[in-house]
Amino acid sequence: MVVGILVVLSLALLSVYFRESSDGPLHGAQDVGATAMRPFQVGAERVARPFRDLYGWFDGLLTAKDENERLREENARLSLEATQNQTAVQENLDLKEQLDYQDLPGLEDYRSVNTRVLGEHSQFGKRLLIAAGSSDGIRLNAPVLSAGALVGAITELSPDTAVVTLLTDESSAVAAYSIRTGALGLIRSGEGGSLAFSNVTKDKDVARGDLVATAGSSVPRLPSLFPRGIPIGIVTSASQTDTEPFKQIQLVSNVNLSNLRAVTVLVR
Amino acid sequence: MSIDVLKMLALVFVAVVLQSAIVSSTEIAGATPDLLLVALVAVSLLRGAIWGAAAGFAAGLLFDTANLARLGETSLLLTVAGYWIGRYGETTGRDRTHAPLLSVAVVTILYSVGALALHVVLGDPVDAGTVLVRALIPGVLLNLLLAFPVHALVRRVLGRPEWAAQKVRLLG
Repeated sequence: MVVGILVVLSLALLSVYFRESSDGPLHGAQDVGATAMRPFQVGAERVARPFRDLYGWFDGLLTAKDENERLREENARLSLEATQNQTAVQENLDLKEQLDYQDLPGLEDYRSVNTRVLGEHSQFGKRLLIAAGSSDGIRLNAPVLSAGALVGAITELSPDTAVVTLLTDESSAVAAYSIRTGALGLIRSGEGGSLAFSNVTKDKDVARGDLVATAGSSVPRLPSLFPRGIPIGIVTSASQTDTEPFKQIQLVSNVNLSNLRAVTVLVR
Repeated sequence: MSIDVLKMLALVFVAVVLQSAIVSSTEIAGATPDLLLVALVAVSLLRGAIWGAAAGFAAGLLFDTANLARLGETSLLLTVAGYWIGRYGETTGRDRTHAPLLSVAVVTILYSVGALALHVVLGDPVDAGTVLVRALIPGVLLNLLLAFPVHALVRRVLGRPEWAAQKVRLLG
């Protein structure tokens, strides 16, 4: 009898919560409850932090030698690229000024809110709970970055916490382009938690190693949620068949999306 | 009895806080341990079906609240899990040393399948391959590692169940 009542109560809660809007009474009560529990969560996380750091330290020690060698090589390559990029950026600015070029909102038009990841919000949905919310200026659909790369967007909001839906979630879709060729497409979740660069027509040139970034949008009716030029990932494979209208392109994110501990939310 | 209820609520609250703040962001071998489920198994085995179901409902409600998840979703799954494990603890699993291990292994698998089914029914996009193939076995192993320490801790807090002191008298 008691069990039956509890099951019915759970189903009723689920049903009402599913149907009501985000400012409904159950959502409101949940926000209050989540805010009340947050100090306990933060306290527990602080207690656990030294142990996590110790684990991370040992883990890092095991991989340090290989990583050091790889980073030295990467550093040399990036130094060369940085010099080339600085020259290109300066040329770009000069040319834009000469042409009086009207551009989309860029990263410089946004302010950053750096925050901690409190935990996974859903076992299946690839969503994270973060320790900042609307009281920090965060709005729904705000882009979320880690280490300078796009990782997702804000999809639920409370005053002190927010839910980030990662790019690997099946409901995510981001307009993107290949920086090398300008080929436009959509970033969707791929097989096994990877990312796919979809809707790229076969006449476009996309190759392994291409950097893909957010495309932004200048169409007033369909403004993009994200500013143009946020790096998303690097193409790992690109192929096409006679029967498919689009290329099949896989890419890997610039950051490890399954192990995010801190993120940056862009707000305007 | 009221002290017992308070102890159970405290255990559930601590388990929810630890799960949502620490354990859920700890990934080992592609899986995340479920401390909340393991703690619920211990409570259910020690206090029976009714209290197991009640603890499951409270744990689910708190967890969904803390995570801003859909209210009622985890409650539904944990209520059923708590009831079943409680029934097992009252009957077949009574005084069996391996009961916590067996219960945790079985309930982890059933909980994953149940959660997957619930998400499908609710129209969520789910990756069944990850849940049922890649993450399930490591998940079961991680939960099994937690089973005995958590059971011992919960038994220390709640004490042995009343029925453990009762002798079974065979008739005939």
